[in-house]
Amino acid sequence: MQALHFLQALARIARAAPKPAHSARTRQIRHAAYASMAHSSRSSRRTWSRALLHRLRQRQQQRPGRLLTVRRRVRIVTPITSRPEEPARAETLRQLVPGGRGMEYCNLLEETADYVQCLRAQVQLMQTLLDAFSS
Amino acid sequence: MSRRRSRISEEEINELISKLQSLVPESRRCGSNRASATKLLKETCNYIKSLQREVDDLSDRLSDLMAGMDNNSAQADIIRSLLSS
Repeated sequence: MQALHFLQALARIARAAPKPAHSARTRQIRHAAYASMAHSSRSSRRTWSRALLHRLRQRQQQRPGRLLTVRRRVRIVTPITSRPEEPARAETLRQLVPGGRGMEYCNLLEETADYVQCLRAQVQLMQTLLDAFSS
Repeated sequence: MSRRRSRISEEEINELISKLQSLVPESRRCGSNRASATKLLKETCNYIKSLQREVDDLSDRLSDLMAGMDNNSAQADIIRSLLSS
């Protein structure tokens, strides 16, 4: 399902007229990649996939060309400094996995495993497409 | 809102750590002590970053491919017919 969603998104990008600039198209493809990951049936119930979709929608609503949000709305979640029982590096992981900041440590590990699997599948899919269409 | 202290067992954490170990390359180490958990988290962070970089790179190359399609009509027709739903 991840593959199908991505292929459909690629088809829409390919059909777009007028043809976008290279950098704009790269951004659209990247957006489609992450959207496909979030929509895959395995992960649609996951916290990371909902957080990722929310982030993607926020980016789409901004002026095109801006990749980072300038103003960040601060949500008060469990204070990050009060997690001494976690190993070091858990905080970095929380920043990498979408929605990671608010998760319990156990959930973070589970979500990370799922996120990594989806990322890997997406990379393999894109590589396969490139190989198929480049030869 | 009081912080919920869920009783997650050491065993469950270890299980998840094993799962991550199996997913992340170069992290096939035994033991689930705190030091190796830290190392595994570090490897996982690096792995996620490298996968995200790959997505960026592959997006760029796919974009090149599509740009090439504009110029090569025979190839473009084949690709379009495959992608069209």
